[in-house]
Amino acid sequence: MRELFESTIERLLADGSGSETVLASEGGVWSATLWDAIEDSGFTLAAAPESLGGADAGWADLYVIARAAGRYAVPLPLSEALLANWLLGSCGLEPQSGSLSFAANAQLTLSAGRVSGVLRDVPWGRHVQTVIAIADNDGVGPSLVVLARSQAQGIEQSLNVAGEPRDTLFFNNAVVVDSAPLPNGLSSEVLHLGGALIRSAQIAGALTRLLEMTSEYAGQRNQFGKPIGAFQAIQQQLAVFAEQTAAANIAAQAAFVQSDRALNWFAIAVAKVSAAEAATQCANIAHAVHGAIGFTQEYALQLYTRRLWAWRGEFGTATRWSQQIGAQVCAVGGDGFWPLLTQDSVSGASA
Amino acid sequence: MAINEFTYSGIPAEAEALRAEVREFLAHTLADYPPALRAQSWMGFDASFSKALGAKGWLGMALPREYGGTQAGFFARYVVSEELLAAGAPVSAHWIADRQSGPLINKFGTHAQRDRYLPAICRGESYFCIGMSEPGSGSDLASIRSTAVRDGEGWRVNGQKVWTTNAHHSHYMIALLRTGDKQTARHEGMSQFIVDLRLPGITVRPIRDLAGGEHFNEVFFDDVYLADDALIGSEGKGWEQVTAELAFERSGPERFLSSMALIKTMIDAIGTQPDALQAAEVGRLAARLATLRNMSLAVTAQLASGGQPAWAASCVKDLGNAFEQDIPELAQRLLDIEPRQHGGSDHAQVLAYLTQMAPSFSLRGGTREILRGIIARGLGLR
Repeated sequence: MRELFESTIERLLADGSGSETVLASEGGVWSATLWDAIEDSGFTLAAAPESLGGADAGWADLYVIARAAGRYAVPLPLSEALLANWLLGSCGLEPQSGSLSFAANAQLTLSAGRVSGVLRDVPWGRHVQTVIAIADNDGVGPSLVVLARSQAQGIEQSLNVAGEPRDTLFFNNAVVVDSAPLPNGLSSEVLHLGGALIRSAQIAGALTRLLEMTSEYAGQRNQFGKPIGAFQAIQQQLAVFAEQTAAANIAAQAAFVQSDRALNWFAIAVAKVSAAEAATQCANIAHAVHGAIGFTQEYALQLYTRRLWAWRGEFGTATRWSQQIGAQVCAVGGDGFWPLLTQDSVSGASA
Repeated sequence: MAINEFTYSGIPAEAEALRAEVREFLAHTLADYPPALRAQSWMGFDASFSKALGAKGWLGMALPREYGGTQAGFFARYVVSEELLAAGAPVSAHWIADRQSGPLINKFGTHAQRDRYLPAICRGESYFCIGMSEPGSGSDLASIRSTAVRDGEGWRVNGQKVWTTNAHHSHYMIALLRTGDKQTARHEGMSQFIVDLRLPGITVRPIRDLAGGEHFNEVFFDDVYLADDALIGSEGKGWEQVTAELAFERSGPERFLSSMALIKTMIDAIGTQPDALQAAEVGRLAARLATLRNMSLAVTAQLASGGQPAWAASCVKDLGNAFEQDIPELAQRLLDIEPRQHGGSDHAQVLAYLTQMAPSFSLRGGTREILRGIIARGLGLR
């Protein structure tokens, strides 16, 4: 399934997610044509069970879709929809067609089929038809709720550093579209964890594209009578770029494969830290190699570097995830460190 | 795209199944082995330990049964290797023979050569060193000048090797020597030989490192006569053969686990209640190590399927060396404990040792700058 996903999504996004589309999105435009194309190809439902119209794909196969979303700077909640429909399926709820996002940061109460509260940092919140989030359900425990954005009483607009909407939505006694208790084995942090997972793949995709652009530029730009890529000072920096990009890719892929059927906390934490670290170093090198042209709005470099600067911090900075890993490591001590690192899934760590 | 050489590969279940047994063996065998010695990592020498591993069937795991190996495969070998390194076991005696000389002989050797050398390697009784660097040829390996010249049925060797790790403990050296005309292309005219280090005309002199240890050597060849069957592989193909070896040499867990003993003492010295900085840095360290391991396993998967992942191996080594070199600095940043060569805590002693060893990590087996040059070439820049 992975090969089919990859070739199809790459073709679709190469055609549909160009610089003009991304820049128009930053101007406030919802890229409806591209969204329709993505939806028509079935990608937003890929993670949903077959019985409910999906492809029943696990995260190992979904990796290539999330990575492609980063590689083409897709100005739409594509990977968000993957996660949302995966969680709906996990809770036995119908997948949502139409534009869809989620809130990892929610203070919601559910009572008698109605919710009140606030959803923060909702990707593309102002544009989407549907949002999912986890609500406190009077005495029953956490429940997954499906909300129509049109039911929001108010929206506070906000943009991340790449100009992508990250909005706050207020609900007051709104009727839910659907809801179900979170099954055993899913923590109320599942959307935060899933958010870190999809962002790690998007970062890996963006870095891979950025490495291609930067290597190509270094081979074309001439100074002192030869391509700047012929200078060892540039070569050594691009080598570090490649190493970091490889690290981010393998860490993200490992997290997706190890989370295939149940999110793997440790692998996702490692992936987010590795991706964030790579994002920081590589954006720095990409700008150094490109010089002034890379600092312009017109040149496509910024579409990627600004997304790296945004995505590395979303759903937990590297510092936050590192501290949580570090606390686990220190708890098991020096002799427990290696067994912790080499075990496939850390006990009690699956969301 | 070169990045695609890194595809995640888990460890197959039958290989993973070995881990518990290896851990138990090490816990028992190394029960009294102190942290200060574990800090030597794969520089720690103990022939009896190597023989014990051979007896367990944990050497020559990627070599055919016909020659004493177990054919357990690359991943089984990986599991054993990383467990040995994580424990700081004294593996230096057999390390190079098991990692690259054995596979080289298996790949390029004749049936007679395999029969002669491989069984003793698999038993942990026969130790090898690698004769590449010379006084005038470090990073610029193709400039070597030591020669092997046809002499009747055999060869006559003259010249000098230097920085040869373990030559003073080894039975054999796989030497890269010039057999052809220097005027031809840069990478031609070199061949590899298996040199019995007991032969007349060979002098091995240890060189003390900055911490007083004796790991590397200078080796002199004064009219040494080699029989015809000392040549391994094809005459004139030495450079290609050496290049094939490098993926084995540069991608393994020894390229990022050299400071493992210090990671353990540092975590213990921090204790179970880390402050914010300690928690963040220990967690970052764990994440870097987990990712390096996955990169290394991706290269192992390629080696297992017969690939030539020289580019990816260079990435693993450079990133891995930077990681293991960062650990002593991290220890100083997170704890107010100074290094002690003698006396002091286990942590202080391990810190002193690894602070001094760390510069060598990005020199041995290919320098940082050479590796980055190889990586840049893979990106199409050279």
